Amino acid sequence: MKESLGTTGLILNEPLLWEKGKKGRCGYSLPRRDVEPHPLDQELTGEGPDFPDLSEVDVVRHYTRLSQWNFGVDTGMYPLGSCTMKYSPKTNERQASLLGFTGAHPLLPARLCQGALKMMFELEQYLTEITGMDATTLQPAAGAHGELCGMLLIHAFHKKKRSQRSKIIVPDTAHGTNPASAALCGYRPVPVRSNEQGILSAEAVAEVMDEDTAGIMVTNPNTLGLFEENIRKIAEIVHSRGGLVYCDGANVNAVMGIVQMGKIGIDVMQLNLHKTFSTPHGGGGPGSGPVCVKNELEPFLPVPRVVEENGKYILSDNYPESVGKVAAFHGSFGVMIKAYSYIRSMGPKNLKKASQLAVLNANYIKERLKGTLHLAYDRPCMHECVFSDKHQLAHKVATLDMAKRLMDYGFHPPTVYFPLVVQGAIMVEPAETESKEDIDQFIEAFKAIVKEAKEDPDLLHDAPKSCKVKRLDEVAAARKPCLAG
Amino acid sequence: MLYLPHTSEDISSMLQVVGVEDLDDLFSTVPEDCRLKGDLNLPEQLSEWELNDHMEALSHSMAVSPEYKVFMGAGSYEHFIPASISYLLGRSEFVTSYTPYQPEMSQGTLQAIYEYQTLAVRLLGMEVATASHYDGATALAESLLMAIRVTRRSKVAMSGLIHPLYRRVVQTYFEPTGYEVVELDYLNHGVTDIAGLDEMDDLAAVAIQSPNFFGCIENLQAIGEKVHEKEALFIVSFTEALTYGLLKNPGSQGADIVCGEGQSLGIPRSFGGPALGMLASRKKYMRSLPGRLVGQTKDLDGKRGFVLTLATREQHIRREKATSNICTNNSLCALAAAMYMASVGGTGIRELASLNHDKAEYLKSELKKAGFKIRFDSPTFNEFVVEFHKGFEDTYERLLEKKIVAGLSLAPYYPELANHYLLCVTETRSRDDMDALVRRLVL
Repeated sequence: MKESLGTTGLILNEPLLWEKGKKGRCGYSLPRRDVEPHPLDQELTGEGPDFPDLSEVDVVRHYTRLSQWNFGVDTGMYPLGSCTMKYSPKTNERQASLLGFTGAHPLLPARLCQGALKMMFELEQYLTEITGMDATTLQPAAGAHGELCGMLLIHAFHKKKRSQRSKIIVPDTAHGTNPASAALCGYRPVPVRSNEQGILSAEAVAEVMDEDTAGIMVTNPNTLGLFEENIRKIAEIVHSRGGLVYCDGANVNAVMGIVQMGKIGIDVMQLNLHKTFSTPHGGGGPGSGPVCVKNELEPFLPVPRVVEENGKYILSDNYPESVGKVAAFHGSFGVMIKAYSYIRSMGPKNLKKASQLAVLNANYIKERLKGTLHLAYDRPCMHECVFSDKHQLAHKVATLDMAKRLMDYGFHPPTVYFPLVVQGAIMVEPAETESKEDIDQFIEAFKAIVKEAKEDPDLLHDAPKSCKVKRLDEVAAARKPCLAG
Repeated sequence: MLYLPHTSEDISSMLQVVGVEDLDDLFSTVPEDCRLKGDLNLPEQLSEWELNDHMEALSHSMAVSPEYKVFMGAGSYEHFIPASISYLLGRSEFVTSYTPYQPEMSQGTLQAIYEYQTLAVRLLGMEVATASHYDGATALAESLLMAIRVTRRSKVAMSGLIHPLYRRVVQTYFEPTGYEVVELDYLNHGVTDIAGLDEMDDLAAVAIQSPNFFGCIENLQAIGEKVHEKEALFIVSFTEALTYGLLKNPGSQGADIVCGEGQSLGIPRSFGGPALGMLASRKKYMRSLPGRLVGQTKDLDGKRGFVLTLATREQHIRREKATSNICTNNSLCALAAAMYMASVGGTGIRELASLNHDKAEYLKSELKKAGFKIRFDSPTFNEFVVEFHKGFEDTYERLLEKKIVAGLSLAPYYPELANHYLLCVTETRSRDDMDALVRRLVL
């Protein structure tokens, strides 16, 4: 094996913000006071918040040091399954930081914000085309928010038909957020098990789908990284009993230009711009979760909607059946610019190529590691593959130990213990932006770790050794929560 | 392609390992009748330089400062953002990481969010704050749902002076739940009329925004007492976080849950998003909070460290019984807010907030002098309502030609307030800007 990526370097300790600074410092250039003081009634004024006073240098050093304790896609491979940690192109950041975009007030009269509206209008069209649906809203601010929006649309659809339903089918290979999103709309999730191939069988769906079921939430490709091959048949069954098919589109990175969900029976789906469309994850957001729908759900989309009239764009509230609003303004506009820039930089051919290479990378890892790790479902996968710790348990080494040891080798661990259908799951999603060399190095690292598991399991139990901190006591954190200093 | 590193040699050797002929064969599990025939109908790819031109052209059509003088707030505020924050926020270790599921590799994000939670708690006078929500509107909707969980009651009341768009989000969230939302009317001096509360029983919560949508400061202490008499939770919502640099915080006036928009704290307006939903509460409601929380703990060597905690409330563990479905939130925006609060500091935020207030008062008095009517006489922070003459739309349009946006027309939200405009002044508007506005108004 080549020299390991993981090494140690000098990082610095850094106290909490309020453990440094001195009263009277300021890291902000106070604007000139060009008006007279006009004191407010003392009844109304308070003490002001107890913030530390820091200089600009204090603040800059603080956050620079903190950043060095973090690992991002720009640092190295981050094969977090289900999260599509692809490289975030820098040009997208540039476009989103243009003053005309960052400085824009969301309630400007339409003629003063044509550029923003045009961008949104076109992005809606692109996403509609990529998914093969009929219309798109950009308002939801994240994937789960999109799921909620989709559920609201389904709810409005049944309400209009005067046939409100109480249940929704959620397979065991769906994303973790799905049941909670459905529950917010008052739906009771009905679990369905995937079959021995890791996918849904039409029969299993037929068994539970009834006239009191609003529809189904499938994740396709599912969280095992497998394409739901029976999706057309499943959609037929659901539709024939008056239900709708929701697709969690978080895994669309596998199928851009290959499958249009709107053409295979899906009625409504969300996309995660921070996954498939390369916008950075920001340490847990902001994301953006546009929802694409077929014609029958379009009247219910959130308002306002961007409409083109004689080459000009306006925001229209004139949709009486709309569910209303899911965000105060237009959603994560800054994120949309990055996704728009990505689509324009890629063009249709490269988007398809990206999906092909994402699937190639995952299958390559699957083939090369399946002799080393237990592979849960030995079938061609899409953009991710799921292993488990089954072979290592004999050495008292679990998924978590291997995940932590990967850090010492310079990799962010994959998603672990999800999906729940695979015990001790290790869910690897490399994304297309990883080169063969980087992937080979990841594979070699994993092989070395599995060897260590046999020969010196304590190396794994004690991992990580090279990070800022050793393993943290999560139990104590939850038992006696300390959430503020 | 810049972002696709595979050479054709790489591709063929990898295909060989996988055991298929070409890239199309990788999709053998996708049934034939599910495959797209032909190409996506999207514009051809642009080079980086073409994209720059294209985006600059779009951005140039936008009316923004400094070319335009925008006197519009209403939930989105123009504040100066130090260059240090923009630079620090660009550090890709923060930007390109994800939710800190692996704490040993994410201590930067985790400590920063713990610090954000602490500063948020101090700003709002509460005991615990979540890591972030999407925006002020969804934070309000989640707060109301939280109150319903805590009290096991199914009806809430909210002030009609909560931001109208926030109320629409609440209505949307509540529509399928069967829970009831009652809206409270407002009094002639621009604050919420809580007399109606006497008639209402079994309320889970009462939500009040202060300063409210008209910019008026509500008497939170008095309202809170009344709400607590009804054994309901008192929720205070806000759209302008900078307010609490000067005004009494909601926690000191009896709030049980505080929620609102943190965009003012170092986040560009960016056409309304991404924003920062802030949500904080009393410690006793901690386990009912929606969304992520970061807590302090120790590592194996006893060293201080931070982790995501109380995950048993969350969707990936509790599934449909979770306190919320939120997963990805607005972490980077919370980081920006923390950087901003740290940069401005305790001393600075006081001065900055006073400056906002005093500038708004200056414009108010100049408008009065010029003969315009300030509609509500309650004290305000940096926004207030002006009643203009009939047919003011023409003047408004004329001002737009002069690159002045004279506030937000209230008529679409409050039909009874035709010709009323909500004006906002922050530290970014100079005295000259305000004088120019008044001059143009009287022309």
